[in-house]
Amino acid sequence: MRTLFGENILSPSPTPRPQHNPFELLFHSTASAASSNASTHSSPNQHGWLTQHLQAQQQAERDAADQTTRQPAQHVKRKGHPKLLFMGLRKSGKSSVRKVVFEKLSPADTLFLEPTPRMERATLQSFVPIETAEIPPNAPVTAPEFDHRAAFGNAGAVIWVVDVQDEYLNAIGDLIQTAVFLAENYPRVNFEVFIHKTDGLSEEYNYEAFREVRQRVQDELSDLGHGDRSVSYHQTSIFDYSIFEAMSKVVQRLLPQLPAMEALLNKLCSTCRIQKAYLFDTSSKIYVATDTSPTFLRDYEVCSDYVDVIVDIKQIYGWQKHERQSQDTTSQDDSVGESLVTYDRSGDTYIYAREIDE
Amino acid sequence: MNTTERSKRQKQRKVLLMGRSGAGKSSMRSIIFSNYVAKDVRRLGATVDVEHSNIRFMGNLMLNLWDCGGQDSFVESYLTNQRSHVFTSVAVLIFVFDISSREAAADLLNFASTIRALHEFSPNSRVFILIHKMDLIPADQKSRVFQQRAVEVRSTCEDEGFLEQQVDFWATSIWDQSLYRAWTQVIYFLVPNATVIERMLQKLAELLDARELVLYERTTCLVVTHITRGSEGQNPYSDRFERLSSILKTHKHSMAKHTGTLASEVSFAEMQVKTGEFMFFITRLTENTNLAVVMPSDEATFNAARVNVQLARQEFAHLDIVEKRSKDAARFAGMRDSLGSDDIASKGSEDEEIAFARPKDR
Repeated sequence: MRTLFGENILSPSPTPRPQHNPFELLFHSTASAASSNASTHSSPNQHGWLTQHLQAQQQAERDAADQTTRQPAQHVKRKGHPKLLFMGLRKSGKSSVRKVVFEKLSPADTLFLEPTPRMERATLQSFVPIETAEIPPNAPVTAPEFDHRAAFGNAGAVIWVVDVQDEYLNAIGDLIQTAVFLAENYPRVNFEVFIHKTDGLSEEYNYEAFREVRQRVQDELSDLGHGDRSVSYHQTSIFDYSIFEAMSKVVQRLLPQLPAMEALLNKLCSTCRIQKAYLFDTSSKIYVATDTSPTFLRDYEVCSDYVDVIVDIKQIYGWQKHERQSQDTTSQDDSVGESLVTYDRSGDTYIYAREIDE
Repeated sequence: MNTTERSKRQKQRKVLLMGRSGAGKSSMRSIIFSNYVAKDVRRLGATVDVEHSNIRFMGNLMLNLWDCGGQDSFVESYLTNQRSHVFTSVAVLIFVFDISSREAAADLLNFASTIRALHEFSPNSRVFILIHKMDLIPADQKSRVFQQRAVEVRSTCEDEGFLEQQVDFWATSIWDQSLYRAWTQVIYFLVPNATVIERMLQKLAELLDARELVLYERTTCLVVTHITRGSEGQNPYSDRFERLSSILKTHKHSMAKHTGTLASEVSFAEMQVKTGEFMFFITRLTENTNLAVVMPSDEATFNAARVNVQLARQEFAHLDIVEKRSKDAARFAGMRDSLGSDDIASKGSEDEEIAFARPKDR
């Protein structure tokens, strides 16, 4: 199948990329995932899903993401794979978040999850192999006998989950303790706070809680001299898209390729007059990059739903490929998937999606 | 009377929706016909007496849906003073059993008296039994529980005089696509010219060399009919049509949320999905229906198919006409004669033109 774009759509990247060509993304399919991960300089024929959105937007503020690339001095040099560590009080929702985002568990089924007894690790095979780990809440993290180096040495970001429906003020004490500990010993690790379980509560209450947590943590840190540490706060809930948005932002902060991908997306949007573009990871539906125009949750939702539609249809009618793949694992597939929806009679495309890698 | 008048009259179909109170009748109706999402049905209260809805389906089918409240007092009144009013000239009775109800015996008695009344006034009607709320049954027991209940109900039907072929059983739940499957069957039974539509679609499928054609109604996303050709028959997803219904319905809701319009007004002009294995597009076919076409993965045939479907639209418009006066109908017939010899552009490298054949009984 011929592709819409020629081979030289990929302009040479503005910054030297360490490992990956950003247009070489992995589409997580059940058969082969890790094989395409290794190759570095790929032709444009290997791709992931790029979702573009063509509707008028309003001006709004965009979060300034912390984009410093890390050159860690004290801890083990990461090989470009983001590692996330989840911490928080018991029943705050750490396992639910991990399972809903990375293992596609339905949010309603998280009621049946058991408390996590020990530290768990998991890896998501995808464009960016994301490793997640979860520390059980009663582990004495700050005590000297705990093996910090094993836990935090490799971490890219620590996510503290605060349950806003429970007594969150108690959680703040532990939060601050951990934040201070990390600020002192592992300053290179990003610290993120999820104000979690914001579904079902009024917007004012959530905002109040959000502000209070932020205020207190900021005060404590500056009292102890770490006022320059940046901590980001997100309001999340597994029952809507806010958790995916927050995870996307967390993962983006850990990607060294982010500026390059953003520059490419910007170029694409300006050349093709696209309003908004998202680079989605299909299995977890977090977006790995977007262009620098203002971001709205609504656009992300509609693109994420559209990715779902495409994946479902592909599964229903692509059945021959699955059967073939189970017999012959060396098949080479040069075709590119793409999809579009046109919403009015004039034929202007409303949403366009293109597969970047299989 | 001539055929147009008689066929106009036949297009009104009366459908009764009955069952105990709380069985799920109004929920099903609102999900399918009023664009509710499964979560929204919690808002619905008990139906008072009968709720009539006239639903236009496919343009020429008027569904007269009677959603009858299930509380005992209402049921009493249907079976006594409103008996003939409710049960005459019924085309389809949809009876809903709540599988999680503790009063199975009372449910069955209720059903028996309803069926008896139905048999008195409309002995030739079709009965669809929906065993509802199947999501509350653990997966391993589902088929056993369903079979058990079906056997009991079937014996009751036979006692009251309904033949086996008049009764159909379906297990449904609003939380998955089984709901669409059951209602698709109901609609398929009611659509008056289903065989004509299928014949025309079969010809279209041959011309396009499509793997599959699915005709579905635009507002409810219910599949009216489908044509499957060739190797597609081995598709392991035998429930793909109802899956498609539910995928499209969710898509409509997400679009509505995004553009800020109502879910009932949202509809796309065209959707395309192209992969290495297949190519798929959905486009309008008639005023009330969309056609989903699955093609093999070849750009040339795909684009030819899109053009051909555009050209085929005018032929299919006849199936969907709103009631016209006889003068208009005659004029239309004249137009159709002149269009009948239209040729459709052939695909790819073939040189000869392929004429689009007309169905014979027009």
